[in-house]
Amino acid sequence: MSPVDGQGIDNPKLPVDPALTEGRVPDRAPQTVPELHEVDCPAELRERIEELMSRYPDRHSASIPALWAVQERYGWCTPEGIRQAAAVMRVTPAYLESVASFYDLLHTEPVGTHRIEVCTNISCWMRGGDRLLEAFEAACEGEDADFFVTGFECLGACDIAPMASIDQRYYGPLEAAEAGVAIEQLRAGAEVLPEKALLERPLAGDTPAPGGHGG
Amino acid sequence: MADPRETRVLLEHAEDPALRTLAGYKRLVGGYATQEKAYRELEQDEILSELEDSGLRGRGGAGFSMGKKASFLPRGEMQKYLCCNADESEPGAFKDRELMQRNPHQLIEGIAIAALAADAGHAFIFIRGEYADQADILDAAVAEAYEAGYLGENILGTHRDLELVVHRGAGAYICGEETALLDALEGKRGNPRLKPPFPAVQGLYGGPTLINNVETLSNVPRIVANGAEWFRGFGTEQSPGTKVVSISGGVRRPGNYEVELGMSTRELVEGLAGGPLPGRELKAFFPGGSSSPVLTAEEGLDLPYSFEAMAEAGSMLGSGSIIVADDTVSIPHLALRTARFYHHESCGKCTPCREGTNWTAKMLERVVRGEATPMDLDIIASVQQNIIGHCLCVLGDSMAMPVAAMVRKFREEFEDVMASAPTAVAA
Repeated sequence: MSPVDGQGIDNPKLPVDPALTEGRVPDRAPQTVPELHEVDCPAELRERIEELMSRYPDRHSASIPALWAVQERYGWCTPEGIRQAAAVMRVTPAYLESVASFYDLLHTEPVGTHRIEVCTNISCWMRGGDRLLEAFEAACEGEDADFFVTGFECLGACDIAPMASIDQRYYGPLEAAEAGVAIEQLRAGAEVLPEKALLERPLAGDTPAPGGHGG
Repeated sequence: MADPRETRVLLEHAEDPALRTLAGYKRLVGGYATQEKAYRELEQDEILSELEDSGLRGRGGAGFSMGKKASFLPRGEMQKYLCCNADESEPGAFKDRELMQRNPHQLIEGIAIAALAADAGHAFIFIRGEYADQADILDAAVAEAYEAGYLGENILGTHRDLELVVHRGAGAYICGEETALLDALEGKRGNPRLKPPFPAVQGLYGGPTLINNVETLSNVPRIVANGAEWFRGFGTEQSPGTKVVSISGGVRRPGNYEVELGMSTRELVEGLAGGPLPGRELKAFFPGGSSSPVLTAEEGLDLPYSFEAMAEAGSMLGSGSIIVADDTVSIPHLALRTARFYHHESCGKCTPCREGTNWTAKMLERVVRGEATPMDLDIIASVQQNIIGHCLCVLGDSMAMPVAAMVRKFREEFEDVMASAPTAVAA
């Protein structure tokens, strides 16, 4: 027979200090699906999420895209934004929170206007990824909350190591000194390191072979 | 001009930005002609047998026969699905990114033909959230394909329908695992599922689902156009075809190179990628992404780069991503980096992986801080043995295999690091 049978937390055999459980008994009703009129959901966010739900055979599939939309609207997945999305999707806010907290790119805490993810995984680490991350951190030090800099796992661009994703676009290979340049460009609203953008690069095999002609 | 040692099939004309557009895809490589032929003239079984005869092996990591996988889907009236796995998150792998950003229509045509073979009416491209540029390119290409009638209802007037949705993930390595991908696509946290049932029987929304990697599906149009024999003209008996190989780390010309499988690994690393940086030497390499057991230079460089040769050497071809460690790289630190990654990415569902990746990372931290003893190396090795094969998915194994190989093959270096660290415990 289990020591807790029948007596709950009052059971003296329960190997838990009752002081630890005091005040922790659930005293609220379970979270429910918020009604649309209870949340002040902007019309364009509601329409966007409804359009996203219509793409899938099951509306739940739109949860990650809906959270992306919330993040785009508010800068991060705010509790209020999550409630709004939950009301549109007819799910509980807790459900969307559980999804948001699983994924590294969905932020459940405030983050800066500009998000910089510096890869510190194997290939970038071998080529100076840690130094690049430090350079980005130093370049935004003491500033307002405009910049969110973080080390990140492999971003899938080891060919341009060391690299960073700046506002969702890839740049590399970056010298540590270019971190400051990029931050200044972001502050000035200028184009960021155009010559280092991944999309502008040729295929590796189309570049001069090392040791070959022009290499 | 492409390097003459490459064999560009999937990357043919990839240097031309026009290839990204539907008009360019048609003009440069005769795009969508195969889909037209398949939808108008071919039976499901004809496509399936062509794929199976071609011997095309999955390019995502497992290397399973694509045609066989497609043939596992049950027949009959029911909703079936096709998922393209574009969650490429394995450290060292970046070939799918190249294929999607340079030739998105090749992938879409491959999906359309594979959907016909699998009798799927709904297809998804699950692309990792970090690949925003590539997802934008795919979105534009999918819109073009709908517009031109290659997707949607009554495709090319054949009364066949196919919906294709580009679904962006949000940053989780585990979603590259096929059942975690299905959960993420259903709008949940990306936790893997118990197998069986395999996705081919019960996958997305409970329906039979074919899941294939970007590169695998990109191979489909040409195989159906030119036939299985043509495809087998490239590569080796057990590894037919070409492979886009991602080479990174300590080499002079990192990047994606498309070569015939079976090419010498030395030719790839020292020839195409230019070998180690000036003044350095190649020490070891991961032949198939960070989850493949490392091979020392002596062990691995002279092997043919094929599924079978890498398996025989005790490693694997995996996703086809070579990460080179030169003589400046400390193997214990490399092991720590590897373990930290898997610890961070473990979804936490299975205990051996959740705890094993955590403790391996902690023990390796002690090793590099000089707080470990040689016995700890044996404990690290035994933890790896207790992870392998004991979880729902292979994320834990993906750490255990390379870490175990590093400890086994470079034990002296681990012992040196422990002895020479500033805080080394007196023996």
